[in-house]
Amino acid sequence: MPTRRTRAAGNQWESTEQRHFRCHVGEINYDVNIGGTQLRFRPLFSDCHLLTEQRGRSRRLTVDERKRQVPAMPVSLLWAVDVYGRVYSLSTAGQVWEQCRDAQMEFKRVTAAQRCCWGIACDNGVYLNVHASDLPVRCQEEAYENQRWNPVDGFSDRLLPSDRWQWSDVTGLQHQPLDGFRLPSVSWEWEGDWHADENLDGEPTEKGGWTYAIDFPATYTKDKKWNSCVRRKRWLRYRRYNVMDSWAKIPSQQAALPDPFSDISCGGWEISDEPRGRMSLWAVSLQGKVWFREGIDHHNPEGSSWEEMTLPGEVVQISCGPGDLVWAVLWEGQLIVREGVSRDCPKGTSWAVVDSPSPEVGATHVAVGINVVWALTKDNKVWFRRGVNSHNPCGSGWIGMVGEMLMINIGLNDQVFAVGREDRAVYFRQGVTSSELSGKTWRAVTVPRDGDRSHSSASSVQSAGCYFCGEERAPSAVSDVESDTEKGSTDGSGLLLAAAAVSTEPSADAAPTDPPEARVPKVTSDSFISDLVSDREPATAPWGAAVPEEDLVLGEEEVRAPCAGAAISSSQSGGLGQWSNVDLEEAQGQRDQAGAPADSADTCSLSSLAAYALAAEDQYGADQHPLWAWVSGGGCSVDSHSQLGWFNCSTTNASPLVQSVQSMSLSVTPAQTAAWRRQIFEQLSERTKREMDNFRHYEQAVEQSVWVKKGTMQWWRDWRPHKWTDVHFALEQFSGPEGDKDGILFIYYNFNEEKKYLHAFINEVTILVPVLNDAKHSFAIYSPERTKQRWPIRLAAPTEQEMHDWLALLSDACCSSRGIQGPPSKQAVWSVTCKGDIFVSEPSPGLEAVPYPTPCDQMFWRQVGGHLRLVESNSVGVVWGIGYDHTAWVHTGGDGGGFSQGLASSTDNIYTQVDVKSVYIYENQRWNPVTGYTNRGLPTDRYMWSDASGLHECTKTNMKPPSAQWTWVSDWAIDYGVSGGTDRDGWQYAADFPASYHGYKTLKDFVRRRRWSRKSKLTTTGPWQEIPPISLIDVSLLPCAAPSGVDVVPLWAISNKGDVLCRLGVTALTPAGSSWLHVGTDQPFKSVSVGGASQVWAIAKDGSAFYRGSVSPQSPAGDCWYHIPSPARQKLKQVSVGRTSVFAVDENGNLWYRQGVTPSYPQGSSWEHISNNVRKVSAGPLDQVWIIADKVQGSLSLSCGTVCHRLGVQPVEPKGQSWDYGIGGGWDHITVRGNSTEPPRARLPSLTAPAPPAPPAARSAEVNGSAGEC
Amino acid sequence: MADDKDVLRDVWFGRIPSCFTLNQDEVTEREAEPYYLLLPRVSYLTLVTDKVKKHFHKAMRAEDVEEMWFEYEGTPLKWHNPIGVLFDLHASSSVLPWSITVHFKNFPDRDLLHCPSSSVIEAHFMSGIKEADALKHKSHVVNDMQKKDHKQLWMGLQNDKFDQFWAINRKLMEYSSEDGGFRYIPFRIYQTTSDRPFIQKLFRPTSPEGSAHTLGDLLKEMCPTALPPDGEPKRYQVVIHGIEPLLETPLQWLSEHLSHPDNFLHICVIPVPSD
Repeated sequence: MPTRRTRAAGNQWESTEQRHFRCHVGEINYDVNIGGTQLRFRPLFSDCHLLTEQRGRSRRLTVDERKRQVPAMPVSLLWAVDVYGRVYSLSTAGQVWEQCRDAQMEFKRVTAAQRCCWGIACDNGVYLNVHASDLPVRCQEEAYENQRWNPVDGFSDRLLPSDRWQWSDVTGLQHQPLDGFRLPSVSWEWEGDWHADENLDGEPTEKGGWTYAIDFPATYTKDKKWNSCVRRKRWLRYRRYNVMDSWAKIPSQQAALPDPFSDISCGGWEISDEPRGRMSLWAVSLQGKVWFREGIDHHNPEGSSWEEMTLPGEVVQISCGPGDLVWAVLWEGQLIVREGVSRDCPKGTSWAVVDSPSPEVGATHVAVGINVVWALTKDNKVWFRRGVNSHNPCGSGWIGMVGEMLMINIGLNDQVFAVGREDRAVYFRQGVTSSELSGKTWRAVTVPRDGDRSHSSASSVQSAGCYFCGEERAPSAVSDVESDTEKGSTDGSGLLLAAAAVSTEPSADAAPTDPPEARVPKVTSDSFISDLVSDREPATAPWGAAVPEEDLVLGEEEVRAPCAGAAISSSQSGGLGQWSNVDLEEAQGQRDQAGAPADSADTCSLSSLAAYALAAEDQYGADQHPLWAWVSGGGCSVDSHSQLGWFNCSTTNASPLVQSVQSMSLSVTPAQTAAWRRQIFEQLSERTKREMDNFRHYEQAVEQSVWVKKGTMQWWRDWRPHKWTDVHFALEQFSGPEGDKDGILFIYYNFNEEKKYLHAFINEVTILVPVLNDAKHSFAIYSPERTKQRWPIRLAAPTEQEMHDWLALLSDACCSSRGIQGPPSKQAVWSVTCKGDIFVSEPSPGLEAVPYPTPCDQMFWRQVGGHLRLVESNSVGVVWGIGYDHTAWVHTGGDGGGFSQGLASSTDNIYTQVDVKSVYIYENQRWNPVTGYTNRGLPTDRYMWSDASGLHECTKTNMKPPSAQWTWVSDWAIDYGVSGGTDRDGWQYAADFPASYHGYKTLKDFVRRRRWSRKSKLTTTGPWQEIPPISLIDVSLLPCAAPSGVDVVPLWAISNKGDVLCRLGVTALTPAGSSWLHVGTDQPFKSVSVGGASQVWAIAKDGSAFYRGSVSPQSPAGDCWYHIPSPARQKLKQVSVGRTSVFAVDENGNLWYRQGVTPSYPQGSSWEHISNNVRKVSAGPLDQVWIIADKVQGSLSLSCGTVCHRLGVQPVEPKGQSWDYGIGGGWDHITVRGNSTEPPRARLPSLTAPAPPAPPAARSAEVNGSAGEC
Repeated sequence: MADDKDVLRDVWFGRIPSCFTLNQDEVTEREAEPYYLLLPRVSYLTLVTDKVKKHFHKAMRAEDVEEMWFEYEGTPLKWHNPIGVLFDLHASSSVLPWSITVHFKNFPDRDLLHCPSSSVIEAHFMSGIKEADALKHKSHVVNDMQKKDHKQLWMGLQNDKFDQFWAINRKLMEYSSEDGGFRYIPFRIYQTTSDRPFIQKLFRPTSPEGSAHTLGDLLKEMCPTALPPDGEPKRYQVVIHGIEPLLETPLQWLSEHLSHPDNFLHICVIPVPSD
């Protein structure tokens, strides 16, 4: 294999895999598996063979005929890839997923046919696995030797100048010397040498195989005649495809393939009257292009070349059925259908566009069979296309189906397989028949994987010994660490697991000690982890017992080792440890009885014992049942009559282990998937079909009418003198003709005894914001116009409850008038107000359009439950937040909570969230010569108890928590952690108020102050889950990651102690990640940002910037920091890195752009000033720039904390030109890093393509130099 | 899987296509065309048939018109039962649209309650809600509501406003987590084969041991005939909102999600169609 991962590079994957439940294949299974490769496929050949025979007679058998002829059910395979990239197959006759042993790397996709399976591996190469068959894949090569007669030499190779080549093809036009023939790929071998063909049209020729003619080209005869002036001989040689039943990389003849493939689909083998063995293979590249593989047939299973198809848009996924159906999904969510696919034109001729099943939600996935098309939309809903057949490949309409799926695939006979969203189980659609193509119900395939099964009859030393330590390795190999690293990732991880354990076991001296660095990523040069590891070694066996997480916290660091953390974290294994220990004892006992203490076995059982204990620790329940990423049924021949043993595995023969595994997986099955619940959903949708679908034209019994909700409120009058005025408030809602709701809100007031009103259209409201006000329960309503004025409608409800009711109602009305529902999309723009309220806005497609973007003030913001200080997102939908108390939170994907305990929100994924913040007041004193410092100030002085500004009196008794939602949870205490330092009593000194304070008294200091703090706590609910235990002050996610659910998303954070951290295991599927990796620094840091191509920038406490070198997916933490001086006389405080551009904000509110950043020189050359009055910046995956700005002047007022958008940002103009002002003031934070929605025009280059890594040469050159400003 | 709140919407927006025809015996001035309507399953016949009334009034002389009532295949339809219950109980095996005969004469006083105005329906509906809350929360929730909340429940039903109805109704569906469910499940079991209008008894959502009671547990105690005898094909269908939930469906969940707006779980036990 071309990409054998080095150990260090592979670490990230391995740590995830270590978490994974690994068990053993006993010796017996092992044997079976060795033979099993053949056994498994053997029945398939007979099936294939039968087909080929029949096809040889140019007639195709129907499925039923085939059945009749094959007495037993033909055995075929369902292929699947789990989230770790391992390929498995499940036989229709089997009850266990068998891992594809020879896949030497992880796969992303597979697409199966009956005689082969194609895949895309993690090296982005296309691989082919041709199933062995009795009919070898041979290909004949031929060349002709031509001679002409002349009177001198007789027949000789001296030809006339006008003649053909002496060695040519049959036409004579092509020069073809015998040594010019090359094997198409390493998968082929020559069967023998060249030999002459001694037949002519079935009759033997004279010796030598010469055939004669009057001249080229003419009719050749076997007999030499008087007028035969020329003769020719046909030379033959056979080549044979020799890679059967294993994965062989398809050589890419074209160096021209610009970007790697992301999706692949084969089919087309049943296009009417097609030659045997022909197949269509379609592929999608990361840039959304579609390629067709030319020339695949029985004699050329690899095909010959890729041909690019023209497209109406960018494709994300494609599906090709066995017949002539080819559908693809466009990036924008529509689908395209290939038309004109036929025997003579398997590529088809043109595309037709079909709209997404759901107008608001784009399609993400499509799967086609012979007569069916199934699709998934972004919300994971499943859709069935009516009326699809070869005459009408587009079909006629969508029908919503039950279930939520991540991907879907159609097998033979239009059977449907899918991967469930909730549990990632493989589902089979039951009841699909030719008359009922949509089937009846989803049924989860519940068979275990071969790796999950322990064999109850495992009795030998070896099988006991190699328990849990890697799967197919011979036990003695366990100790053979070095040689085994060659065996590829699957092996390697198991091995490393064992090795790690060995090195930490007290009795490890018995084992060949693998250096612990083996499992330590490169960052250990920062010495932290190696410390950790060396600390561990003397410790005696804490590993076997559940290691509490606290044990891993080292001093102040609170960081865990990456691998160890992954392996040991979450010690929820109480019960699990129980049964595993029992099993282990049994295994040991068997070993003693067997009494074969060979050295290797001994070592191996030792290490495996340790590995086992480790493995037992990391039993996440969720990992117990396989998590699937992809399934392909193209090689799987089942129909509605098939008896499949896939669904309820009998546990009678299984060992207790299997039973435990199964009961575990049962217990982790979400209640959502309970049969009764699914039954209700399915029946309700059937009821709708039955009772309503045909009667939609009937009149509704109840007409929709206007609905009015009224109440009383106070309104902050628009004109001077501003004051709170009692008003009547009403919301009128009505349904539009399409059932869409709209409304108007009215504010009725009296002015000079005259009744007047103010109104606002609900569909023009851009945001409803609760306003921090300790006296009123107030909120503000903005429209684009009001945003321009910086003067919202400010209202106050009589009680807090009423305010929340109104906000929930109004927010629901606004969302439904704009057709927005459900959780925020992955692209959403998030912002946080200074009150800690969280808002999201769904970016319009034109938000980043150049030159006319959607104006910022028209963005609609809706609130999300919870309370945070900052929130960061990325385009795969991973969202993290940090609370005021520095707690890290991850978005659960839920919707609602907190402010909207109504129907508008679901209770799914909503949790309690607590936040704590400190309220500060200052005690101020002035020195006088008589009494020293006292609380008697000068008449001109500030209040002796005040806020930080000194302008407002704040005493311990009159100070209230920030709002009614907050309650005090501590008493007032002196705060010593004030910048500038304090003396022992917390005092800071200065010459006078207000001045700069220092923590010691000098002769010139006449005033002093000290800060008191008191903690208050807020309890709310929201779609957030806490990520203990490390407190954070900043977090950043790679903004543009591949949309796959399993790809790891780089996430960097700064702990509240200033440590730089890297989160491992963050994927779209597991947004919380698994463990922290500590990145060493010389000083505390305060801000970090990871941008495109894994550029990591950070800001240290001293205000200078740092660039992290060599960060890549293989080395997620990089290797070293490059210091980058801050702009002259400025201290930076925050940084944000977009796709390529780097922006930073300093403590004086200046925004800086880093000039000269190039892939080869990622540190850039200098800072360029862009703007002042900037509080925070967020650079996005399109390099778009958004800030929170201060002092934004509106037509009526000035606002601080305003969301602003940089206009005119283009690839050639990354700094942009001017600001567009959006919602505010009172905003503290914004992130646009989820929005990778490219504007419809003026496209930027694709983001999904990985940016070229910086050339290592350039980088190493900079290691010595100070990578600073040049 | 879909969200549970989708079930609430499906239940609320269930519609039965119906065809109203005037009884043959009614005296008309001109021929009265049938009238087609989508009836909300969760509403009441007399609440949603103003249009039907107007339609047939046009064909009749005012003096021939008395109180309107409905009949299906000889059975007078009790307006005080939800429409969906009437359909499931009497007509679930019939061909759609549901053919309902409209009468303006000979009101069957013995079978039907008079319904002179929608305020009667409102009173009936609200008494259902109050009775259900008495069972669920000892009436605490409904008594804590304001008059306007009660009105909003009714207006929600009357105007087919799901959001407005559920904005209040969700409070009626709450329970503290320590209770694990309602005090008693408000349910009514209807049978065509029985003379009793319905079965309604006290039944808790959980067993004394703390396990959740299921629909099967309820039927076993209240109406054992509805359950299929061992080894024999089932004779009765247990229908709620036109669907047959599995007998292992937890009763508390059913009560929260498949109750009618009056907060009762209306369960129809009907013979399996013989065909």
